[in-house]
Amino acid sequence: MTEKFSARKYLRYIKLPFCQGCGGLTVMNCFLRAVHELSHKDLSTFVFCSGIGCASWIPSPYFKADSIHTTHGRSIPVATGVKLVQPNLNVVVFGGDGDLAGIGLSHLIHAARRNLNITAIMVNNMIYGMTGGQVAPTTPLGAETTTTPYGNSEYPLDATRLVVAAGASYAARWTTAHHTRLKEGMKKALKTKGFAFIEAVSQCPTAFGRRVGLKTAADMLRWFKENSVSIEEAEKMAEDKLMRKIVVGEFIHREFPTFTDTVYEVMREARNSA
Amino acid sequence: MFHFYEAELIAAHRYKHRLYLKPTTKIPTPKKEAPMTQAAPQSTHFWQGNEGCAEGAIAAGCRFFAGYPITPATEIAEHLAKRLPQVGGIAIQMEDEIASLGAVIGASWAGAKAMTATSGPGFSLMQENIGYAFMTETPCVIVNIQRAGPSTGQATKCGQGDVMQTRWGTHGDHAMIALSPNSVQEMYNLTIRAFNLAERYRTPVVLLADEIIAHMREEITTPQLKEIEIVDRKKPKRTEKTFFGSQDIPPMPAVGEGYNIPVTGSTHNETGHRYTADPIVHRKLVERLVGKIERNADQLIEYEGYNIDECEAGIISYGCTSRAIYETVELAKKEHIKTGFIRLKTIWPFPDRVIQRMAQNTKALFVAEMNLKQLFYEVKRAVEGTVSVFPINKIGGGEMITPGELLSEIVRRTRNLD
Repeated sequence: MTEKFSARKYLRYIKLPFCQGCGGLTVMNCFLRAVHELSHKDLSTFVFCSGIGCASWIPSPYFKADSIHTTHGRSIPVATGVKLVQPNLNVVVFGGDGDLAGIGLSHLIHAARRNLNITAIMVNNMIYGMTGGQVAPTTPLGAETTTTPYGNSEYPLDATRLVVAAGASYAARWTTAHHTRLKEGMKKALKTKGFAFIEAVSQCPTAFGRRVGLKTAADMLRWFKENSVSIEEAEKMAEDKLMRKIVVGEFIHREFPTFTDTVYEVMREARNSA
Repeated sequence: MFHFYEAELIAAHRYKHRLYLKPTTKIPTPKKEAPMTQAAPQSTHFWQGNEGCAEGAIAAGCRFFAGYPITPATEIAEHLAKRLPQVGGIAIQMEDEIASLGAVIGASWAGAKAMTATSGPGFSLMQENIGYAFMTETPCVIVNIQRAGPSTGQATKCGQGDVMQTRWGTHGDHAMIALSPNSVQEMYNLTIRAFNLAERYRTPVVLLADEIIAHMREEITTPQLKEIEIVDRKKPKRTEKTFFGSQDIPPMPAVGEGYNIPVTGSTHNETGHRYTADPIVHRKLVERLVGKIERNADQLIEYEGYNIDECEAGIISYGCTSRAIYETVELAKKEHIKTGFIRLKTIWPFPDRVIQRMAQNTKALFVAEMNLKQLFYEVKRAVEGTVSVFPINKIGGGEMITPGELLSEIVRRTRNLD
């Protein structure tokens, strides 16, 4: 890695769509740095699949690469088709919490269960940002949003623990306040053979922060830092104390045969017996 | 807390020692029929409609199938699960029909010919991705073995109630290609044609079959593979940059070929970049997508006709219902009513012109279908009041319209018209 990092070599020269202070830019930066540090000169071996929502704009069309911008929540099924037909490509899914943990949740669980060897990066801003700040499956209990004007009466979903239980090979959660560890996590995820999941807790001052008293990106990042606890710390804490906390760290890292391994093994055996 | 589950450890161990793959992948070698991997000589088989469809797909070059179990289409998934790996293809079962078509779209952009198969309830779930495939010009084949709806309806019984859903199911302006087989032979032939049309016009194509055609067994003849006309999508030249416009049917690269294609379901310009505020870009794109099918209607439309230009009573039918019209014509002869028919092999785009041709010299048209007048109104629209059009409908229990029922309606109406 002799070349200096420049995000430009991976990006098209188009104006980015993100609001001021959006965490999506940090996630984009971390990802491109991870790609750079893994010595990819360009993104020609990558295919990006994304759905609908702010986070889905991170790769498409801004990355100088093949990108498939699918219907809402369906990026993982499309990635499944791409990966199976072209197993040598690095297939990366970008999506928000609404996209991957809301409308597309079943696909996320099943991709983890199959151990489909793709990397899924879920940018969790705890809100439906693009439509103006509606409650999401990840919104904290009690938070005011445009569709919960009296406070959210639902508990948020822990997507990272869910994919661990479903059978993912790699799963980690970091916030945009932990950008170095987020980048390192992405590097590990990209190197993992199997389903790798990164949850990047990200700030949305525009649609979420300002309604919960965190008006700027800096306020939100401070909030992330103060409320993040590591997995080790979390294990020692009582359940009720953990309610308002963001548990960060690497939840699992294991390797076992992937979906493409078994599918192609079946194909070889079937061809031989035919 | 975060350790391997015991079952996974066992699975990993078994995989390592090739224990769990052995029993499941012991696929019995076909005894009499030569596998399609070699160019099979012309041969006859006694196949079920769904098998005909699956084998037609393989012959057409389909190498990716994703589906979800549903009566009465499951046999297609079962047959392809066995056969596709033998020819170097992949058949997977997804978590639902939405994901099935999603995977098919992904496979198509990765360069494979891909298909899914379902029935009404699954077809309803697929609508958003059908629109996506149309908008992104993704060639793929969607087989819909119709059953009696709405909702779960009579899951094992035949119906033809998805005709209008096929045409207008997804939101926004669009045009669809739908083919309707009426025999096991046509399940085979029209599946091949569906792939060829999907590849030629870069659009999703629906094979709109029904439970009776899918489940009955008939003798079918499969030609030698080299005799089958196979169409492959147009690939771009190295210097080309516009894959979403600038010509009626643009060339289609695959991901990983270095073209850096941005594929999106949002309104996009010729290079694929999204333009969601410009009225002209949207108009140009959608009008081209609809136009490439409407303008080529003559190449797309296929039908079987009999006495089109000289009949007293004209029957219009398709799918399983159309199997009753041949006998009806004979029965009507005895009643001294000269009967003709148009049996639609292409339902969408709708063959207005041949219907209008038949309307010129006939007293009455009869539209026989196993739904409550779905194509009837389309025929009425086409003839523009120049001739009386009568519906003959029957739904429920998978009961077909019999030649006798067709005849009695024809006799009653034509005699009243005198």
